Amino acid sequence: MSKNKINIIHSTFVPLNIENVDTDQIIPARFLKGTTRDGFGKNLFRDWRYENDDDSKPKKDFVLNQSEYKGQILVAGKNFGCGSSREHAAWAIHDAGFTAVVSSFFADIFKNNALNNGVLPVTVSEAFLKQIFEQANNAILTINLPDQTITIDATGEKESFEINNYKKECLLNGYDDIDYLLSIMNDIEIFESA
Amino acid sequence: MAKTLFEKIWDKHIVKKIEGGPSVLYIDKHLIHEVTSPQAFAGIEKRGLQIFRPKQIVATADHNVPTLNQHLPIKEKLSRQQVDTLIKNCTNHHIELFGLGHPYQGIVHVIGPELGITQPGMTIVCGDSHTSTHGAFGAIAFGIGTSEVEMVFATQCLLQSKPKQMRININGSLKKGVLAKDIVLYILSKISASGATGYAVEYAGDTIRNLSMEGRMTVCNMSIEMGARCGLIAPDETTFKYIHGRAFAPNGEGWIKALQYWKTLYSDDNVVFDKEINIDAADISPMITYGTNPGMGIGVNENVPTANAMAESDRASFVKAMDYMGIAPGAAIKGQKVDYVFIGSCTNSRIEDLRLVSDFVKGKHKAPQVEVWIVPGSKQVEQQAIEEGIDKIFEEAGFQLRQPGCSACLGMNEDKIPAGKYCISTSNRNFEGRQGAGARTLLASPLSAAAAAITGYVTDVSKMLQ
Ligand code: SF4
Repeated sequence: MSKNKINIIHSTFVPLNIENVDTDQIIPARFLKGTTRDGFGKNLFRDWRYENDDDSKPKKDFVLNQSEYKGQILVAGKNFGCGSSREHAAWAIHDAGFTAVVSSFFADIFKNNALNNGVLPVTVSEAFLKQIFEQANNAILTINLPDQTITIDATGEKESFEINNYKKECLLNGYDDIDYLLSIMNDIEIFESA
Repeated sequence: MAKTLFEKIWDKHIVKKIEGGPSVLYIDKHLIHEVTSPQAFAGIEKRGLQIFRPKQIVATADHNVPTLNQHLPIKEKLSRQQVDTLIKNCTNHHIELFGLGHPYQGIVHVIGPELGITQPGMTIVCGDSHTSTHGAFGAIAFGIGTSEVEMVFATQCLLQSKPKQMRININGSLKKGVLAKDIVLYILSKISASGATGYAVEYAGDTIRNLSMEGRMTVCNMSIEMGARCGLIAPDETTFKYIHGRAFAPNGEGWIKALQYWKTLYSDDNVVFDKEINIDAADISPMITYGTNPGMGIGVNENVPTANAMAESDRASFVKAMDYMGIAPGAAIKGQKVDYVFIGSCTNSRIEDLRLVSDFVKGKHKAPQVEVWIVPGSKQVEQQAIEEGIDKIFEEAGFQLRQPGCSACLGMNEDKIPAGKYCISTSNRNFEGRQGAGARTLLASPLSAAAAAITGYVTDVSKMLQ
């Protein structure tokens, strides 16, 4: 399945200044009963978003409920995506319209899951993260995947980020790992018989 | 060249290395369950692919099954649909399923070892982060997402970059009442919930050597809570003895050959780890968590820290956690009342855990206001408990022995802890809402949980042992 391609993301961002955001918060287990990949976005951060699990009662102090915060980029505190391996977390983030998540530290499995679903995880320094959180609510970030840089437009502050070449190519071209693995089936069968 | 245990297994499973990118890693065993597999099945069907090696896959239903009346149809529609979808997919794709009602059914990380499917030197994956459990046998075992489940379905391979190497050495004898669970909660309290991100962690030292396989599984199980890609322990006589004679273990000539290979699986003497940590077992007390990640743990006789004692960057999350938990910073944790006791999950629901608890509670009774759920890890554990009369001891103590599944570990089925209530739990995660929206979880060992069941509050179990 080819995914959406990512090149340059130029967008406002949603600041979630919380550390150790685990995937149980991103999408609680009771919403994992679906057998398709669709529709998880509406339950993104469900328990932080609504009073008593009632979606007619949004909690006003939660960023996703505040109209001044929107955009394709989610910015979060360190160790984002820890805990359960549920890919539903990445689906929910993607389904809610995000194409990149910025943090100073990502949990391993989440990072892979995000990359496999056309969501770019951007790891920045603590200091840079702090600068982003200090921006006004309509500030714009530019994430340039080909150059591997992220810029705060208002100040011109810029930092580069790491991504391995293979994954970068995949995101730029909308390929996924299965396409690649299927192309080397011969090698896999040779390996098995060795 | 000298290699770590991890590297020996890793190198043997590399099909190909991509320049400037990850490696193609061959997977020996793939375990699946109802929650993270349906979209992967749909994915390969949509691509018009077959499952490449169905014989290397084993399925069970565990995350979303009821733990009472398992012989009846599942009441809740979505849960029933998910379990039925697994049955349909396994039938269509010729995958062995130990579903509800099967004598081998149980939590995926309990049944793999119990059936002898988990073996040293293997690469094992499952769409569940606690796959790290299987590393206790000297295997590379890690959790994957659903897209990766699909990759393994299609090609029996994954793209992975090699993690860094960490070794945690634990030496010395454990104090009274201190179990494997306390060891791992202690490590977590020292290195934090992200302290091993990017690493494969090998546990070594005589304290680890002296643990049973059950204890080793408990330790490796929680490797993911430190952020580690996987945890592993070099196999030894304890490992071989545990595997020998199990349903899917090699036998005859196969056993001799396997054993020969397994005995080569250890980190070479002169190998250098990227990071090494040493722990003295005598420093470990019965542990308990007070916060909302597994790294927020203390000895049961200690006080909860205060915000001032935290690094500035951690203060905000600390305050948020204390708020959620309704626990005062600086207070003693001993004496904290509990409403529910959950003894179960892939961390602590094996027969050894149930035996320990039943020995301890024999002749005692639970505190009146506490509800106690014991959820065995598998059908075989449940059966064994009944054969040994453990069920009777629990009944007399007022403990409820349920049927196997993940249950209140993640509260996906109806086993949820109500909002605001305190649950001392032998599971592995105390995240906000993990055991039910608003539920407050205190992680501890099975003995500490049993002690709290009897007294009704957090108790130093070592004081209750003769
Ligand atoms: S018992 Fe809990 S941690 Fe273990 S597999 Fe089930 S849900 Fe995951």
